[in-house]
This record gives sequence, C-alpha cells and structure tokens, in this order.
Amino acid sequence: MRNKAEVVIIGGGITGCGVAYNLAKMGLTDVVLVEKNFLSSGATGRCGGGIRQQFTTEWNIKLAMESVKRFEKMNDELDIDIEYEQGGYLVITDDEKELEEFKKNVKLQNKLGLDSKLITPSEAKEIVPYLNEDNILGATFCQSDGHAYPFRVVQGYAKKAKEMGVEINKFTEVKSIKKEDNKIKSVVTDRGEIKTNIVVNAAGAYSREIAGMIGVEMPNKPFRHEILATERYKHILDPMIISFKYGIYFSQQKHGEIVGGIGDPDEPSSYNIKSSLKFVERFTSVLGKIVPAFKNLNIVRQWAGFYDVTPDAKPILGYTEGIDTLIQANGYSGHGFMVAPRVTELIAELIVDGKTSMPIDELNLKRFEGETVGEVYVVG
Amino acid sequence: MKIVCRCEDVTEEEIIEAIDQGYTTLDELKKHLRVGTGPCQGRTCLKVIEKMLAKKLGKTIDDLKKTTVRPPLKPLPLYIYGDEDEE
Ligand SMILES: Cc1cc2nc3c(=O)[nH]c(=O)nc-3n(C[C@H](O)[C@H](O)[C@H](O)COP(=O)(O)OP(=O)(O)OC[C@H]3O[C@@H](n4cnc5c(N)ncnc54)[C@H](O)[C@@H]3O)c2cc1C
Ligand code: FES
Repeated sequence: MRNKAEVVIIGGGITGCGVAYNLAKMGLTDVVLVEKNFLSSGATGRCGGGIRQQFTTEWNIKLAMESVKRFEKMNDELDIDIEYEQGGYLVITDDEKELEEFKKNVKLQNKLGLDSKLITPSEAKEIVPYLNEDNILGATFCQSDGHAYPFRVVQGYAKKAKEMGVEINKFTEVKSIKKEDNKIKSVVTDRGEIKTNIVVNAAGAYSREIAGMIGVEMPNKPFRHEILATERYKHILDPMIISFKYGIYFSQQKHGEIVGGIGDPDEPSSYNIKSSLKFVERFTSVLGKIVPAFKNLNIVRQWAGFYDVTPDAKPILGYTEGIDTLIQANGYSGHGFMVAPRVTELIAELIVDGKTSMPIDELNLKRFEGETVGEVYVVG
Repeated sequence: MKIVCRCEDVTEEEIIEAIDQGYTTLDELKKHLRVGTGPCQGRTCLKVIEKMLAKKLGKTIDDLKKTTVRPPLKPLPLYIYGDEDEE
C-alpha cells in the first residue's frame, strides 16, 4: 500500500469508486481508495439499483437527468455490462392530495425537459397488465427511468480508475485521521498510515463516524432498510413500481428476479442490519394490493442495508468548514446510487478545479445551522 | 468444462478466472458470477467453491471470511407471509 497520496478516498461504494474514476479521468491519479470490506459491500451492493429522475426539486431532477445520460453511455465508457434497462418508473397513488402534488411535480419535471407524464389507472394497466387498477387513482410514468446492477457499476469504476493509476485497497479499515492546526496530515488504517492533505468522506452510513475521527460533527443517521428478491421469472414487469405513500418499490431485474422493498416508518435509527419477518409481511400485504398475482412468486433471499439519512433528505457535499480539505460526499438518504455518476463528477471537479459545473453550495454541511427545503420523494 | 453452480450455470473455469481477477471472497464471487444465489441457495455449490477458493489462495476454509446465509433457506411463496384480506 502507498504511504502517501494527494487524495485519500474513504469508502468503496459507488460514491468512493465514482470519485476515484472521475479524479483519474481529470488527470489526478495520485489517489488511494480504502474500503474496509469488499467493493460495494455497503449500501451500494445491497440497494435496489433503481434509477429515477422523477423528483420534486429542480436540483435533484437535473442531477438525476444528467446521471441518466451517463448511465446510458456507461457500458462503453467502463467496458463492462452494467445490466442497464430503461423500463421506466411508474409512481402510483390512491390519494387525492398526492395526485394533486403529482400534477405540480410533473409540470416542473417537464419544464426541465424530463419525459414524465400523468396517466390514468387504465393507462397504467396497459404498462403493467398485472396491476389492480381499482386500487389506484392515478400515476406518473417516466420511460427513461430504469435500473442497473450496482455491483457492476462499482467494479467498472474501480477497474478504470486502477488502469489510470489509482490504488484501490479492499479490506483496509480507517481507524483514525491525524490533523495539525486543522489541516489533515494522514489517514491511519489497519494496514498502515497514508500521508495526505485531502480526504473524501464517502463512507456512507459510517461517514458520521469518519468525520467524528477529526472532531467534525455530522447530523447523518443510519436507518436499516430491508429488501428481498424472488426466484427468476420470465419477463412480467417492465417498469419499477413505487408508491411514496406506502414506501414500497419493486422491479424485475434483467435476470428475471423481482427485487423490492418497503420502508418502515417505525424503524429506529441504528446499525442493526438483521432481516426480519415483519418486513416480508408488510411488503407482501402492500404488494398484494398493487399486483395481487405477485403474491404467488417465490422469495429466495432477503437482506438489509443502511440509508444514510440527513435531516432534509438531501446529500451533504463539498468542503467542511474548519477543515477545508475534508470533502463530504454522503447523506444520500436512500437514493445515492441513481445520482452518483453526476455527483462524483462534481466532487472530482471541486478537488481538481476548486469549482463545480453545477452549484453544490446549498448542500454544504453548514446548511444545518439554518433552515433548508427538503426533498419529499424518498423511496427506492 | 465442469459446471460447479448448476442453478446459475457457472463453470469451474469461470470461477478460477474470477478469482484471478481479484474476486477473492465468496461474497464477491456471489455478486460477480451470481453463484450460490439460485433456488438451491448455494447448498449444492458453495461448499465446492469455498474449497476452490481456499486452495487457490493457499488458505484454510476457516481463514476465508464466512458469507452471510440469507433467509429463507428454501424458496417460499410470498403469500405465506401476508394475507391480502387482513383488513
Ligand atoms: C435496501 C436499500 C435499497 C436502496 N435502493 C436504492 C435505489 O433503488 N436507488 C438508489 O439510487 N439508491 C438506493 N439506495 C441507496 C443507495 O444504496 C445509497 O445511497 C448508495 O449506495 C450510497 O453509496 P455510497 O458509496 O455513498 O455508500 P456505501 O455503498 O455504503 O459505501 C460506503 C463504504 O464505506 C465503507 N466504510 C465505512 N467505514 C469505513 C472505514 N472506517 N474504513 C474504510 N471503509 C469504510 C463501507 O464498508 C462501505 O462499503 C438503497 C439503499 C438500501 C439500503
Ligand atoms: S447450484 Fe449454485 S445456487 Fe444452486
């Protein structure tokens, strides 16, 4: 392992590996990435892989749209099959108030150039024949939304970054960070010390602990989210179906398994990562109302991962006040995979050029000292 | 060509190649090749793959990081878990 580097990236999920790739692409290759387990062992490798652009704030919509442009070219760019499919996202509702919100949101999305639209229950049934249209009032649909296989995306980023000269160390855990007069001096791992000035905090739900190592307090909280997969079936579902009201999402992956999850409003913040029966029960009972026939599918696996949640459900990006060279790239609050291609590019720009091609100042850690407007579309 | 994981149709050569590429844990092999994620939940293949991995890396089976066994152990229909007429 190298004992010094211009930049040390902590975390080998999509954020860390994406930053490593984009830094190298911009010419900065004196970079070491450290990951305590294997690459994508955190939230990235556990997530649903959903890629959605239907958001409610201008910034998130733009970010997601620009990320989709990058996902579309990724197979060629990273020379790997990320199993990307654009089957769309069908956002359903059975709630009049929510439907009114949908109208406003679609208007904003269309203004920004997104191909989302409001549709009727029978139009939704044309897209998903198994849908129980009696249980919904309306939906929005965006064809260019989709999903990819997160593990592959991470492998692709890491492989390219390595080829360009970045060092990637798996099974290397950061234990402490040394500083002098508020300047970072080195990162201490269980496999040695790396002298560096710049640290990227891409440790997902553990970012709070990493920041704590140099006395920086962060408001992020970990929340367990559970997810399951069925056996493989022939193609029966094109889009990802989600409901914000019930917190459910599910889609069929390229290889045929249906993968889905549901949030639990009663889940306390913790590092508990066990799978529960309660989750499968909740998931199945909501699923049965949306697509009754899917209750006959066989479940083969369930697992859990952490959402790294901030008070306004928006990520924390950029410099850290007091310790400028600690760069934050965390707090994705459950939708960090889909925006990573663009976010990690912006973080690399910040490090290499000192400025970004899209403003990120609003997402600085220091916003939590004042009021902020939150993102309300939070699910897979 | 010897098939090691029948559910996912993965051969011995593919596994050796993946280990050479740096996928050096069962977890990574599962994610990369999907071995052990089929309907048998790896009961047929994971033991064999573990042995291959240990041999190739010059380690004992105990040295290898144990992979998490994901519930359920057998595929079960979802309806067992929830009743749509519960209200
Ligand atoms: C069940 C579930 C479903 C989801 N579904 C979606 C979805 O459909 N679409 C979407 O966009 N997002 C989804 N998300 C959210 C998404 O997974 C995350 O926002 C995203 O993967 C975050 O990536 P990351 O690289 O920032 O963090 P992570 O992938 O968590 O990576 C952080 C890494 O840091 C490492 N680390 C931690 N501490 C240390 C240390 N001390 N030293 C070294 N390394 C350390 C960890 O091991 C980990 O690998 C989902 C999340 C969950 C849990
Ligand atoms: S033989 Fe490998 S999962 Fe069944």
